[in-house]
Amino acid sequence: MSAFWLLMIILALAAVGFIQGRSRALSSVHGDRRLLHSLPNYYGFNVAMLAFVPAVLVLGAWVIIQPMLISGQVSTLIPSELYEDAGQLNLIMSDVKRVADGLDVAVAQGVMSAEDVSQISTETTDVRGLLGQVGVALGSDVDPSVLKAAQEMRGKTTSGNLFMTIVVVAVAAAGFIAAMMMTRGDFRARNAVEGGVKTLLIGAASIAILTTIGIVLSLIFNTITFFGMFPASDFLFGLTWSPEGRGGSEHLGILPLLWGTIYISIVALLVAVPIGLFAAVYLSEYASRTTRAFAKPLLEVLAGIPTIVYGLFALTVVGPLLVNFFGADGLGWMQGARSVMTAGLVMGIMLIPFVSSLSDDIINAVPQAMRDGSYGLGATQSETVKQVVLPAALPGIVGAILLAASRAIGETMIVVMGAGAAARLNLNPFEAMTTVTAKIVSQLTGDSDFASPEALVAFALGMTLFLLTLGLNVLALYIVRKYREQYE
Amino acid sequence: MSDASLQNDPEMGAPSTKSSILELDQRTKKRNAAEARFRAYGIVAIAVGLVFLLVLISSIFFKGVGAFQQTFITLDVELLESKLDKTGERDIEKIKKVTTFGYNPLIENALKVAMEEAGIENPFAKGKDLRKMLSSGAAADLRRFVIANPDRIGDTVQFRLLASSRVDGYLKDRVTRESLARDKNLTPVHLDVVDQLKEAGIVAKSFNLGFITGADASESRPEQAGIGVSMLGSLYMMLVVLACALPIGVAASIYLEEFAPQNWFTDLIEVNISNLAAVPSIVFGILGLAVFIQFAHLPQSAPLVGGLVLTLMTLPTIIISTRASLKSVPPSIREAALGIGASKMQTVFHHVLPLAMPGILTGTIIGLAQALGETAPLLLIGMVGYIASNYPGGIIEGFMSPNSAMPAQIYEWAKRADPAYYERAWGGIIILLVFLMTMNIIAIILRRRFERRW
Repeated sequence: MSAFWLLMIILALAAVGFIQGRSRALSSVHGDRRLLHSLPNYYGFNVAMLAFVPAVLVLGAWVIIQPMLISGQVSTLIPSELYEDAGQLNLIMSDVKRVADGLDVAVAQGVMSAEDVSQISTETTDVRGLLGQVGVALGSDVDPSVLKAAQEMRGKTTSGNLFMTIVVVAVAAAGFIAAMMMTRGDFRARNAVEGGVKTLLIGAASIAILTTIGIVLSLIFNTITFFGMFPASDFLFGLTWSPEGRGGSEHLGILPLLWGTIYISIVALLVAVPIGLFAAVYLSEYASRTTRAFAKPLLEVLAGIPTIVYGLFALTVVGPLLVNFFGADGLGWMQGARSVMTAGLVMGIMLIPFVSSLSDDIINAVPQAMRDGSYGLGATQSETVKQVVLPAALPGIVGAILLAASRAIGETMIVVMGAGAAARLNLNPFEAMTTVTAKIVSQLTGDSDFASPEALVAFALGMTLFLLTLGLNVLALYIVRKYREQYE
Repeated sequence: MSDASLQNDPEMGAPSTKSSILELDQRTKKRNAAEARFRAYGIVAIAVGLVFLLVLISSIFFKGVGAFQQTFITLDVELLESKLDKTGERDIEKIKKVTTFGYNPLIENALKVAMEEAGIENPFAKGKDLRKMLSSGAAADLRRFVIANPDRIGDTVQFRLLASSRVDGYLKDRVTRESLARDKNLTPVHLDVVDQLKEAGIVAKSFNLGFITGADASESRPEQAGIGVSMLGSLYMMLVVLACALPIGVAASIYLEEFAPQNWFTDLIEVNISNLAAVPSIVFGILGLAVFIQFAHLPQSAPLVGGLVLTLMTLPTIIISTRASLKSVPPSIREAALGIGASKMQTVFHHVLPLAMPGILTGTIIGLAQALGETAPLLLIGMVGYIASNYPGGIIEGFMSPNSAMPAQIYEWAKRADPAYYERAWGGIIILLVFLMTMNIIAIILRRRFERRW
């Protein structure tokens, strides 16, 4: 029985449980609701909860674990001559899975009976042709051991599913019966249900932790595998990046990528920080209420535009424009539309509202009394801003700039489309360079298997990126928080 | 800035005894000028920001609006029985055997006839050269029509066929005679014919519904590419995000805001949420690739996987805004409910949550809008490179089978070599932005309409 129908059965059982539990509670006090500890519905919910939740947990765990166990067992059937490393074994196992699925389809379409499936062998039957007939195309002829493994997999899956049905229904029924036994007038049903709901809430809140753990684990494991194949010192201190090199001549040094990332971020910040900061000062210190109500949301529109739009803007508008001035017809500094300048300028535009709204908040948090004191001494408004407000807000502004820098380092689409693909250690801002994020994308898209160093290096790059942005964020949040406390 | 230092400094324009209070001295003038300059810097900064916005919006509009117009060639095609159904039996299986190649001569003929009727001289010896003005998908359109209406064989039917992307580009001023010099698909001679056909009203631009509803096409047929299928992919993804992120986000916020005790576990969750909000989106893509595809073996490029990744990404946004709106419900509401005997849980679910709902919905919509425009994580789970050429068969297939999404489709188009695809990409951006704007406007209206000041 499929997991879906099993889920439906549990749901139905829970629904029945709700009605039964409610009426049992009422009948236990002879219909006098005042004698119940909780409202009648809570008794119903209690039965439904106990019937549903444990069974669903078992079902979920089973659905996840069973295929892993089975494929682990089945893979021992594949003779070790057939493969050299884990990657090839993975490919064979996916073949096994396709054949097994194909046999399922064949049975479902009535091409063969369930007994036939366990009988056929590659000597007597053209398995590939047979599966082709039912619409499952295979790349090559089926190896006898693969067919054997597929048959084994089908057998185990069938018996596993049977067990799963029995166990899950048993758990649901047990929960149902146990909850019904508890249901009496003096049973504290509300407390039980609320305890359950609270557990659910805690579970939801823990997803944030699980996500972080997931990110860290997926990065760490793959990074360790990568460093098993490629020396960490070459990755961290290598000055060249050329993964396409053949015969072990590949260079996967991160430094050119880091340089590209930092260079582009610096250009972006050089655009965003002055504009954003002056805009924030003007909006918070000078602008009239109407100007503020009009300009601030408009600037923030820039932050709501998806990065793919900025990427295309860099590629088709800013890049060609820069080539007009600095390209072969102009100053001759620029070869193509993609360059550090292109990506940096556009990223700077994207970051303007980021810098301006954060700085705006921080400048607004500076107490009015400090300004008044400055005015009282005869300072003009700009002198007050320059000598009182900005120094007081400086730690917060530094935090805002650090947050913007972390955004710039992690930005992907603009650099993928605007910065180019060549990894270079160069100082010319009109040269195409590439970044950590752009290389993560290019190493992981396409049909690469995840066993080669060329693909795994992306996880090491991701790890670097994660640590870098995490460090900047933590530092920035620390500075901002510390500053806020100062004036609260 | 102390006065004592100023008076000893004649350079700075120390106040002389003669000066009147109405007359500005040198130094005050200087200070006022600095003030004006500073103010001007602020105005310039805002103006520069707004100019950038204006340039961005106008380039989106002017570059993208062309995608909503497409050049069509209206032709009366005679569906010759001798070509399509030699036996005359109208046997649908036999008609289906005629491939699109069999339809090409019909189109060539129809073009020739149309040109003769309009009095246009045909400069081409081969019909094949003439046909280059039409999309290579035109024959497939014809074939689809014939298979749907086999009884029309033998009739002359008027078709509105797609022009090739070069002809379309010529009508939209993207393609010029000079740019065709090195082009093997079309020659400048074709453009002369197109000019005359345009005057005769046979070639005309009109609204391009196919772009909004259609599927993606192969690299050589930009005129046929549409964003419809990937729009559906985005819709399925947003359904997953809504179904996962809203309940989980609300539950997590309720716990943190109403129940969580002050301990290390709560602190850990808080730190995690604020950090996840700032993790680059591409890292979520790596997570999705490693956990959902490598580990759990979910199908690549499926909207389900995309939705799950985007859920994890938007969760912090939704949690932060939900907590803010829960916090804005005044404690007196809670105290009143507790006072008349409600349990803590009843207080939250019966009173606080309904009052916070508008704020929660606003935050959710903004989170969804953010997820809709996100591209980077989708690149890693294989949504780019997949050509979304077919609508999914059913709802389950819609979630599980490979599809593209709007931003991934736009990126895919931007990567293709043919400049005609840039126009499609900008057009796709217009559609994407229309969705985002609608969502944000709904969020603003919700906030204005239901926001309460306590």
